[in-house]
Amino acid sequence: MSVFGFHYKLERKAIGLVLAIVAVASIGGLVEIAPLFTIHQTVEDAPDMRVYTPLELAGRNIYIREGCYACHSQMIRTLRDEVERYGPYSLAVESKYDHPMLWGSKRTGPDLARIGEKYSDDWHVAHLNNPRDVVPESVMPAYRWLLRNELETADLGLHLKALRKVGVPYTDEMIANAPADAYGQAAPDTPQAEGVSKRYGKDTTVRAFDSRPGRLTEMDAVVAYLQVLGRLTPVASKPVAALTAPAQVPVKTTSGK
Amino acid sequence: MIGQLTVSERQSALIILLFIVLWGLSMAIAGHGDLLGPQGWIVLLAGVLGLFGVMSGYYAPEPGADRLTRYYDDPSKVGIILAMIWAVIGMFVGVWVATLLAYPDLTFDAGWASFGRLRPVHTSGVIFGFGGNALIATSFYVMQRTCRTRLPDQLTPWFVLLGYNLFCLLAASGYLMGITQSKEYAEPEWYADIWLVIVWVTYFVLYLRVLMRRKEPHIYVANWYYMAFILVVAILHIVNNLAMPISFGSAKSYSAFSGVQDAMTQWWYGHNAVAFFLTAGFLGMMYYFMPKRAGRPIYSYRLSIISFWGITFFYMWAGSHHLHYTALPHWVQTLGMTFSVMLLVPSWASAGNALMTLNGAWHKVRDDATLRFMMVAAVFYGLSTFEGSFMAIRSVNSLSHYTDWTVGHVHAGALGWVAMITFGSIYAAVPWLWKREAMYSARLVEAHFWLALAGTLIYVFAMWNSGIIQGLMWRTYNESGRLAYSFIDSLVAMHPYYIARAIGGLFFLIGAVIGAYNIWMTIRTAPEGAAAKVSERPDPVLAGGLPADVPANIPALQPGE
Repeated sequence: MSVFGFHYKLERKAIGLVLAIVAVASIGGLVEIAPLFTIHQTVEDAPDMRVYTPLELAGRNIYIREGCYACHSQMIRTLRDEVERYGPYSLAVESKYDHPMLWGSKRTGPDLARIGEKYSDDWHVAHLNNPRDVVPESVMPAYRWLLRNELETADLGLHLKALRKVGVPYTDEMIANAPADAYGQAAPDTPQAEGVSKRYGKDTTVRAFDSRPGRLTEMDAVVAYLQVLGRLTPVASKPVAALTAPAQVPVKTTSGK
Repeated sequence: MIGQLTVSERQSALIILLFIVLWGLSMAIAGHGDLLGPQGWIVLLAGVLGLFGVMSGYYAPEPGADRLTRYYDDPSKVGIILAMIWAVIGMFVGVWVATLLAYPDLTFDAGWASFGRLRPVHTSGVIFGFGGNALIATSFYVMQRTCRTRLPDQLTPWFVLLGYNLFCLLAASGYLMGITQSKEYAEPEWYADIWLVIVWVTYFVLYLRVLMRRKEPHIYVANWYYMAFILVVAILHIVNNLAMPISFGSAKSYSAFSGVQDAMTQWWYGHNAVAFFLTAGFLGMMYYFMPKRAGRPIYSYRLSIISFWGITFFYMWAGSHHLHYTALPHWVQTLGMTFSVMLLVPSWASAGNALMTLNGAWHKVRDDATLRFMMVAAVFYGLSTFEGSFMAIRSVNSLSHYTDWTVGHVHAGALGWVAMITFGSIYAAVPWLWKREAMYSARLVEAHFWLALAGTLIYVFAMWNSGIIQGLMWRTYNESGRLAYSFIDSLVAMHPYYIARAIGGLFFLIGAVIGAYNIWMTIRTAPEGAAAKVSERPDPVLAGGLPADVPANIPALQPGE
């Protein structure tokens, strides 16, 4: 029986057609996605990687809320010009705790995967408040309300809890102290600040990000998040041989002038 | 509208609406102090409006049994009107955000009016609001005629159509408030996603019921595509939106997947939203309305089989071409690239089949802007699928990715193919649905056609230019071996193209507004004398006429239309 003869029969059966469509359409996803969860080399090891603090997480959620990902990628490709412009190419492990990932698909603005600590807090505050104050040609929107809005911290424990359910290793202590830690990270020399260093490591940045230590704003959170981008683990800056699972793609040389 | 429902259908509608009111109320209460609260009030309000609507017609006399001798087209009519409303809203926001990229201060000092929140209103407004309503409306129309049977009941299609629009409303209003999952084209949060699953399963069951009751032995090719659209979008939607809400009282959730797995799942979804929402569904539309309007049968039955299964199989592998040179394992990138290139075969088989169908009807293409919309759509479908396969090649992608070239490519498909085939199909369907001889003004259809075509070309050329310039500037080195341009240099170079893009979009928007006006006037004003004549035409359904063994590849299934 020819293929078309078979189809001549198939298209007379509604259920048969439905099952055939589901079967044929499922194969691609099964082959490409399922192994990513099982093949160990897919994600490199980074034992020293830390999780986002509650303040950084809150900033990340504001980054999502305002749609920043629509214009900024967080994925440096394995291309020479990108590595020279933005820093070492991104490794899969670096977004291991990113639910969801924010790799992005468009660079109306530059990549932000390694923006952390490249600019001062003051620069970020001024830039977010009105980008054209610091970069006259910028087309980025002004986010003036970030300085005006108090940061919502009461439910941060719930956020950490939900993230733990999907695989981020937050401890009970981190969950219980989430609102206090959010406050402490932007209020140096307070008891809450010490808690942040204790729970998230002494290298965690504790600063009054919007230079007003008494008040916790959405600006504090966004700047704290931007300043930690690319700095949760130093694994990407290490020599390739030091990695347990080196990235598969060598840096490609692109043709220049 | 209510008068056409039987009493038991009216009672079922009241029960469903009561559940919606309770759902809205519980969301409003549980979400008090959270963004979920206002979303609950929207659901509650929609439910209460629905209750009032049903109650206002509850005691109207029941429809007679003679309704069963006619197709049930009212949901299609309302769906087309809703599609045009969303088209105007979605395209207006599109022009606004395009303008913001050229003049960033043309906005208000408020979160809802910033680019990042408006952009998903544009994308969801045109894809799901305009495209989705057009697909639902035309699928109801096509499934009845190609199966020669009536919709199985009168309540389910309303539930699907209006429930879907409630989803669109929750999505768009949520973005403005700052509710988003950040997954492109899957931004709505968990509660809206669950609601869409309920609506979508009902849609699938409805379609299956119609197919089971069909009086044609074969299932016509348009229905294969509509079925693939419904089924695969369900699979994609459910898998990509798996997430953990932080509580039942909050709109916020965290994606079940992270990092590289999340990226792959998202672009498996994202690319196949293009494939099965924006391609398969609209191919279903094309396979019915183009041959009907041209008065020609589909050129090749075998080509339609090859292209259907090719598209259904190959597309699902192609998503990873969105992640070339990223931290996604190399083998997945290579598979994505390979299948994207192979995808050109079934895509061009479809486009060729469509254009060859017009053989013998090219004089109609010349004279009839409605058919010309469909012809140009097929051409743009062929062009943008070629471009898509080309851009999926890894080395091409290294230049095009992250640039405006991608935006131009998407709009070549979205404006040139999806919107054009939709406008063509709507202009064909509106006179048939409202029993008019023709559209209110053929000249306005002409005007719309040329505005749409000019707008698309301006848009696409602007984005090709800006995208390629951007990509080249980012990778240009000077004599001393250093990057020649800063990022901001490339942004400054985009300015004239961003203005051109906004103008192209404005042309397209004006065309859509003219279309909406023309449709409205067609509905409102019956041409003098014509109304009586048209109403004498025999109702096509259940009129018998064709022998039962009509080959499935002959599209002109019913006489008398």
